[in-house]
Amino acid sequence: MKSFQYLKKIDRTIDYDNNDRALFYYLMRVEPTVALCIACGACTATCSAGNFSTLDLHKIMLSIRRGEKVYIAKEITQCVLCGKCQLVCPKNVNTRGVILQIMSFLQSSQL
Amino acid sequence: MKTDVVVIGGGIAGLEASTALHNLGHHVILIEKKDILGGHVALWDKLFPNNKNASSIIHYLKDHLPQNLTILLSTEITNISKRNNSFFIETNFHQTIETKSVLVATGYDVFNAHLKEEYGYGIYDNVITSAELEEMFKNNKPILTKQGKEPSRIGFVHCVGSRDRKINNLYCSKVCCVTAVKQAIEIRQKLPFSETYCFYMDLRMYGLNFEELYNESQEKYGVTFIRGRLSEASETIDGKIIIKVEDTLLGRPLKMTMDMLVLMVGMVPSAGTSFLINKLDLLSNNGHFIASSDEHLLANYTNVNGVFVAGTASSPKSIDDTFADARSAVLAIHQYLTSQKM
Ligand SMILES: Cc1cc2nc3c(=O)[nH]c(=O)nc-3n(C[C@H](O)[C@H](O)[C@H](O)COP(=O)(O)OP(=O)(O)OC[C@H]3O[C@@H](n4cnc5c(N)ncnc54)[C@H](O)[C@@H]3O)c2cc1C
Ligand code: SF4
Ligand code: SF4
Ligand code: SF4
Repeated sequence: MKSFQYLKKIDRTIDYDNNDRALFYYLMRVEPTVALCIACGACTATCSAGNFSTLDLHKIMLSIRRGEKVYIAKEITQCVLCGKCQLVCPKNVNTRGVILQIMSFLQSSQL
Repeated sequence: MKTDVVVIGGGIAGLEASTALHNLGHHVILIEKKDILGGHVALWDKLFPNNKNASSIIHYLKDHLPQNLTILLSTEITNISKRNNSFFIETNFHQTIETKSVLVATGYDVFNAHLKEEYGYGIYDNVITSAELEEMFKNNKPILTKQGKEPSRIGFVHCVGSRDRKINNLYCSKVCCVTAVKQAIEIRQKLPFSETYCFYMDLRMYGLNFEELYNESQEKYGVTFIRGRLSEASETIDGKIIIKVEDTLLGRPLKMTMDMLVLMVGMVPSAGTSFLINKLDLLSNNGHFIASSDEHLLANYTNVNGVFVAGTASSPKSIDDTFADARSAVLAIHQYLTSQKM
């Protein structure tokens, strides 16, 4: 039989209205520097873990605001907490603090 | 009537220049087509970047107007022509004014948002312009949707009528990025339970304290910035607006529902500016604002000897840049008139 290469279409849309942004509001309370990120990407470029994995901190920072919790939960485990991202951040985001708070939020909340 | 210089346009550029030229000893006539002075700034509430009251600037300028300066309000120019070294200006009151020089300070108009149909201005209930929002602030009107509810989610769309080849405006209007940041903060102050979003292509925080204001909007007011140009907006049955945008920093499409959409309309040459370009055969920049003879050395000179330009008639400018430009025009005209007298 001939294959027409049909694929199941995965919807990539960020469904902002239905996403849960509790993590963002939690971080705004406990680590307000999270709001300062300008998505410059310096953290991603320097990331130790990013060299060997899919970890991309600037995408995580953006995903926090968009409520993309599943993506964050999947990716954040790859961080080795070295803190290099914090050294390069021009907005002085306490990135390591943000990451630690994400981890503790995810631990205490059921996904 | 005979005079040394006619200043056309009583916005901040025209007011500042008229006063200074008078104080340098020249005879000045100021023509304003509206019945009030101050131009656009008279319509605004609090100014970026430092929250100053716009009315304080207008009051200052009016208070410093010389007593015996001739100001013609509600006056439209019907014709202007040049003969020898003089200009002859006819008005709707059938006066003719003969003048040695002309300062064009006719400013800008805000972009007509109807031309970007896909954003639904004039079609959907809750799509307004930044100029309209500013007037709501100024007149202390409650911020409500057409349905009478407090909006909980408000989006600001950058670059409406600017940086857009489709409508033949390739230039950046300079002030709308920081105005969006300012207005998003003001919405958050007035409606503390609301969320505000800016949809931008680039954030152009070029001026002193602009970046700081942007930082404050994030730190104190939680304004969310999403890089991506709105592709379309559609209305729901209850008057909300669904927008579609590519979140280009994440590389994914994004969909969200808004209660109110504010279009950051850019600047276009005012009808008066275009009229004078036409009548005086002035050169323009790509068919837009009045062209300077040289953008560095002769910024306030035009291709017509004796015609000068100041303020937003020559390009989009903030208030501080408009003032600096008006003062430099004064110097140029002063030199021109003094060399003629000798
Ligand atoms: C929404 C918005 C918010 C803004 N907020 C700020 C801010 O917070 N801070 C800041 O620095 N800048 C701000 N700006 C920019 C500011 O409005 C301009 O810098 C300023 O208005 C420029 O002054 P002007 O005198 O060049 O032109 P205008 O203000 O346009 O004045 C031109 C004058 O000429 C008159 N005129 C026009 N044609 C004729 C004619 N044929 N005959 C006689 N008179 C004529 C007009 O009636 C008007 O009075 C904002 C702009 C916008 C769109
Ligand atoms: S702390 Fe984590 S995210 Fe930051 S550079 Fe190190 S591994 Fe990357
Ligand atoms: S370096 Fe800082 S500002 Fe830049 S993307 Fe990372 S967290 Fe954001
Ligand atoms: S100032 Fe900002 S919103 Fe205005 S035209 Fe330029 S980039 Fe667009």
